Amino acid sequence: MANLTMIQAITEALDQEMARDEKVLVFGEDVGKNGGVFRATQGLYDKFGEERVNDTPLAESGIGGMAFGLAVQGFRPIMEIQFFGFVFEVMDSIVGQIARQRYRMGGNLNMPVVVRSPFGGGVHTPEMHADSLEGLMAQSPGLKVVIPSNPYDAKGLMTSAIRDEDPVVFLEHMKLYRSFRDEVPEEQYTVPIGKANVAKEGSDVTVVAYGYMVREALKAAEQLEKDNVSVEVIDLRTVSPIDYETVVASVEKTGRMVMVQEAQRQAGVGNTVISEVSQRAILSLEAPVEFVTSPDTVYPFGQVENLWLPSAADITEAINKVVEF
Amino acid sequence: MAKQPVDYEALLSSIEASFPMVQILDKDGKVVNEDIMPDLSDDELVELMRRMVWSRVLHDRSMALARQGRLGFYAPTMGQEASQLASHFAFKKQDWLYPGYRDVPQLIQHGLSLPKAFLWSRGNVEGNNYPEDLHAIPPQIIIGAQYIQAMGNAVGQKLAGKEDEVTFTYTGDGGSSQGDVYEGMNFAGRYKAPVVFYIQNNGYAISTPREKQSAANTLAQKAAAAGIPGIQVDGMDPLAVYAVSKQARDWAAAGNGPVLIETITSRFGPHSTSGDDPTRYREQESFDYWEQRDPLIRFRNFLTEKGLWSDEVEEELIEKTKEEVKQAAKEADQAPKMKISNFLRSMYNEPGQNILEQIEKYEAKENN
Repeated sequence: MANLTMIQAITEALDQEMARDEKVLVFGEDVGKNGGVFRATQGLYDKFGEERVNDTPLAESGIGGMAFGLAVQGFRPIMEIQFFGFVFEVMDSIVGQIARQRYRMGGNLNMPVVVRSPFGGGVHTPEMHADSLEGLMAQSPGLKVVIPSNPYDAKGLMTSAIRDEDPVVFLEHMKLYRSFRDEVPEEQYTVPIGKANVAKEGSDVTVVAYGYMVREALKAAEQLEKDNVSVEVIDLRTVSPIDYETVVASVEKTGRMVMVQEAQRQAGVGNTVISEVSQRAILSLEAPVEFVTSPDTVYPFGQVENLWLPSAADITEAINKVVEF
Repeated sequence: MAKQPVDYEALLSSIEASFPMVQILDKDGKVVNEDIMPDLSDDELVELMRRMVWSRVLHDRSMALARQGRLGFYAPTMGQEASQLASHFAFKKQDWLYPGYRDVPQLIQHGLSLPKAFLWSRGNVEGNNYPEDLHAIPPQIIIGAQYIQAMGNAVGQKLAGKEDEVTFTYTGDGGSSQGDVYEGMNFAGRYKAPVVFYIQNNGYAISTPREKQSAANTLAQKAAAAGIPGIQVDGMDPLAVYAVSKQARDWAAAGNGPVLIETITSRFGPHSTSGDDPTRYREQESFDYWEQRDPLIRFRNFLTEKGLWSDEVEEELIEKTKEEVKQAAKEADQAPKMKISNFLRSMYNEPGQNILEQIEKYEAKENN
C-alpha cells in the first residue's frame, strides 16, 4: 500500500498497464517530456519512449482522428484532452466516429479508446477549462463515461478503462487531483465500470453524487450525523451506463433521495437518474426528490466560482428538506 | 518611400508556379508527355479501362435503380472514373482505404462485394459487414473526418512496422476547406505516416463552386503548409492520375511520409439522387466543356490507337456489367431483416444495465 493522491494513482495505473500491454499508447498535448500539464503522464516518456508516449501537434480533432485510426490498427490508444472544455473541437471524433464505429460495423469491430481529461470547478482556471460536460458524453450511445471520486477508485477504474474493449471517456476532477490521499495497493487491480459504490451507508436518506460532489456529500453527511440524520451516499463512479440497481436498492431502503451534480440543472446526468428512479421506485419515495446543481448559466467568471458551485451547505439544506417533508 | 519588406505579388506567383498540372494524355487521347508515361503492361492498360467502363455502367445502372426506389443514398460518379479508378489502381490489396461517400467504386475494387455496396446505400448493416481481408472502413459521411482517421491508421501501420503497406483517402474540393483536412495532413507530415491524401476537385461541393472554397489557386498547395508534397494532376487523364499515384504510394511506402494529390475532375451529374438539380447552379457550357474531357473518350482513343480496345470489347463488357449489377441488386433484396435487439448488442462489447434491459424489451416484441 502506498499513500497516493488521485493524480499519482492515475499515473500508476497508466504506467502498470503500459508495462503489461505494449499495444497501449498515450498521446496528446504536452504529455511527453513535460508529463502533461498536471503531470498525469510523468515519467512515462522516459520509461516507454516517444513512440508510446507522444506529444501531438496542438489540435484536438487530429488527436481524435489519430485515436480512431490507431484503434482500427489494433492499438489501445489513450488520448488526452488537455482540458475537457476543449472537447468541442473533437466532438465528431469522439461522439460521431469512435462511439459509433462498433455499431456501424454490426458489432464486428471494437474501439478500445480511452479519452482522458481533467475537468471540474473550484481551481480558478481560465474560461473553457472547468465545465462539467459529462452529460454531453453520457447522452452519446457507444461511450462509457467514468468519473472517479478518489485515488483508490481512480487507479482501479483507469485499469478497467484501458482494458475495456469499448471507448471510455475518463474524466478527472481537477479539485480531486491533489486535495487528499488514499491507501492505494501497489499491485494492479480493477474497479468495475458501470458499478456504483456505496461511499457511506445510512438509513434516512440517499444522496446520489459523482466526482468531486461525492466529497461535498460526505461532508454534509458527516455534519448531519450529529443531528441524528443517517445519510447514505452513493457514488455513481460511472455516469454511462448508470448502475440503477444500486441506486434503486438504496432509495427503497431510505425512502428519500437527493441527487447532486456539479453540472448545470438542465438536461444532464442527474435528470436521468431522477427519471429512472421515478419509474422504478416512486412508490418507495416518501418525499419529492431534491436536485442540487449549479445554475443554468455558462460556467462562471473565476471570481464568483465558489458562489456558483454546489457545496456541502447546499446538500445539507436539500437533505433537511426531504427529511422534514 | 522605403522598399516593402516582402514582394507579395512575387510570393503569390511563386506559389502558383510550384503546383503545375501533370498531364500525359490530352483530351483526345494524344500523348503529350511521353517522359513520365507509367510502366504499365498492355494487360494492365486494358484492365484499367475495363474498370473505368465498369464504373460508368455501375453509375448508369445505379441511377436507374435509384429512380426505381431500389437504392438509398447514392452519390453519382460519372466523370470521375479516371480520378477514382486510376488512383486506386496504384494501390495494393494490403493498403487501407478510407473513402468518402462518393468513393464506392474504389471500395468495390478494393474488395467490397457489389450486393454489400447496394446494402450500404439502402441503409442495411450487412453492407458494412466487411470480410477480414478488406482493408477499409465504410464510406465517411462527415466531410474531412476521413483525413484525420487515415492519418491515425497510417501512424498505426508505421508503429506496427508494417512494410509495403500504406493508407489512402479521398475528399473533394468542398472537403478541402475542412479543418480536419489540414490537421490530417499536418499530423501525417509530422509523423511521416505512410498516407496518400486525395482531393478530387470536381468543381462543386453540392452547389458551391470551387472558387468559393478558397482563394488558393490550387488545392494541391495546401500541402505546402504541412511540409509535404502536393501534386495537381489532370483528373480526367487516367495515365497521369495513375503515374502520380504510383509515385506517391512508393514515396509513402518507402517511409518518406504523406503526399497530397489534387485531381482536376468533373461530376457530370447531380451531387446525389436526393433531389439535386445541377442546372440550378451550373451553366450548360460547363457540362459541355467537361464532357469533351470525358476520361473514357481519351483512354478509349489511346487504347484503340494501340490496338488494345474495340467497340465490341466495350459492348461485351457493358452487357456483362449490367448483368452483374442486376444480379447484385437481386442478391441485396435477400438480405436478412434487421432487428433492434441486434443493434443494441452492437453498441458495446460489454453492455450496461440500460442496454441489457432494452434488449429484453425489444426481443419480447420481436418474438411476438
